[in-house]
Amino acid sequence: MTDPTQSPRPMIRVEGLSKAFVLHTQGGARIPVFDGLDLTAHAGECVALHGPSGAGKSTLLRALYANYRPGAGHVWVRHGETWVDMVTAPPRVVIDVRRRTMGHVSQFLRVIPRVPALDVVAEPLVVLGESQEQARRRAGALLTRLNIPERLWSLAPATFSGGEQQRVNVARGFIAPVPVLLLDEPTASLDKDNRDVVVALIREARDAGAAVVGIFHDATVREAVCDRLFTLDVRTEAA
Amino acid sequence: MTAALAHAPTAQADPHPLLDVSGLAKWYGPHLGCRDVAFTLYPGEVMGVVGESGSGKTTLLGCLSGGLEPSAGRVTYHSERWGAVDIHALPEGRRRLLMRTEWGFVRQNPRDGLRMGVSAGANIGERPMAVGDRHYGRIRAQALDWLKQVEIDQTRLDDRPAQFSGGMQQRLQIARVLVNGPRLVFMDEPTGGLDVSVQARLLDLLRDLVARLGLAAVIVTHDLAVARLLAHRLMVMKDGRVVEEGLTDQVLDDPHHPYTQLLVSSVLQA
Repeated sequence: MTDPTQSPRPMIRVEGLSKAFVLHTQGGARIPVFDGLDLTAHAGECVALHGPSGAGKSTLLRALYANYRPGAGHVWVRHGETWVDMVTAPPRVVIDVRRRTMGHVSQFLRVIPRVPALDVVAEPLVVLGESQEQARRRAGALLTRLNIPERLWSLAPATFSGGEQQRVNVARGFIAPVPVLLLDEPTASLDKDNRDVVVALIREARDAGAAVVGIFHDATVREAVCDRLFTLDVRTEAA
Repeated sequence: MTAALAHAPTAQADPHPLLDVSGLAKWYGPHLGCRDVAFTLYPGEVMGVVGESGSGKTTLLGCLSGGLEPSAGRVTYHSERWGAVDIHALPEGRRRLLMRTEWGFVRQNPRDGLRMGVSAGANIGERPMAVGDRHYGRIRAQALDWLKQVEIDQTRLDDRPAQFSGGMQQRLQIARVLVNGPRLVFMDEPTGGLDVSVQARLLDLLRDLVARLGLAAVIVTHDLAVARLLAHRLMVMKDGRVVEEGLTDQVLDDPHHPYTQLLVSSVLQA
């Protein structure tokens, strides 16, 4: 829990957020996901999005990252000294927020052809201006911690197992110290030892002051990292 | 989700846009090429233009790069040497100089972008010479360095492009275009006629070069995977109009327009 004597510093403020999908290729079916949603996440706390499958947890997380475009509402993010609305900000501002303020770890690694695992992990640091050498050293340390053997570092992760790819993805997501972390099932296909490593990484980021918003299906993981739950209900039966 | 270029323009300082396009339209007699195109491109931004053939992508690229005279609208470029210039009001000589210095154009067919009758080295050296470099040793060294950057064996310096494979020719064209350090590059289906394995290599190379050199680019492609890897932003064109635009991952992961949804759902998963 955050120290109650300190006034918590909001990092994300979601106001009146609504999202529906309209599937034009399927007769224009409209699928409402959530409506008028408010949520605040503070520095140093971990909020778990909670609710049954189909309640829109992933959709909300993606809307926070501006990967999905909401129909109404705002996603305010504290970006340096300013607040940026991810819903209306121009592309280059959103990209800058993603680069310096907001990290996102999805369940799946999007593999870039030919780029070795070590560089996939190091890239977010290099982008922030860290030297290639230093970034690779940090990447190596993280991969070691996540039990990716060194002989794999120089290979492109396309041929890695699902669990290995996910750990590369986690390493990439945690390498840069960003103030806001969005986690979509970061332990989904990991064994217990690796799950424990990821739990430790999440706690370290949170204790260092990051605001963490995540989806954790695994109850043990959830209890180990999360300070409060944000519950989403299924609004409407999906068609 | 963010496989695309991580090196993105900094939003910190509000820089001059590189390219400012408004109300752009091109008619071929009664036939529409493109219309109502407006966007702003900042230094280091890569914009992808996707859509099926005949949707106006190549017409748009022609109008942007000055090769085609638009029927309406304006393309303003913030030049390093001349400040803001209206591309279509620029005297031909200046426009050509711009093409050799601040701009580059990568054509789909490398044969259209290369001089097939002269050596690889001469192809790379042409632009430095055109802007006044006469130091043979320096030009040769620069050509060798660029062969290396585009992963062509340096012993091929004196060979003609006709003796190269399609993938090598395309990489040579890229070296020829980038040698003078342009700020803005137009690309028309740069991976178009290549085998998939050759494409992957070229994409990786382009991705690396664009990020490392901080290039701004407008890339026309019908291949959404290419757009995903290279572009920060996307415009989707259909029947000469822009039907949807946004960050690349937004447009591809949460398409809103019926045509974009069709486009995205039609991609075969390998």
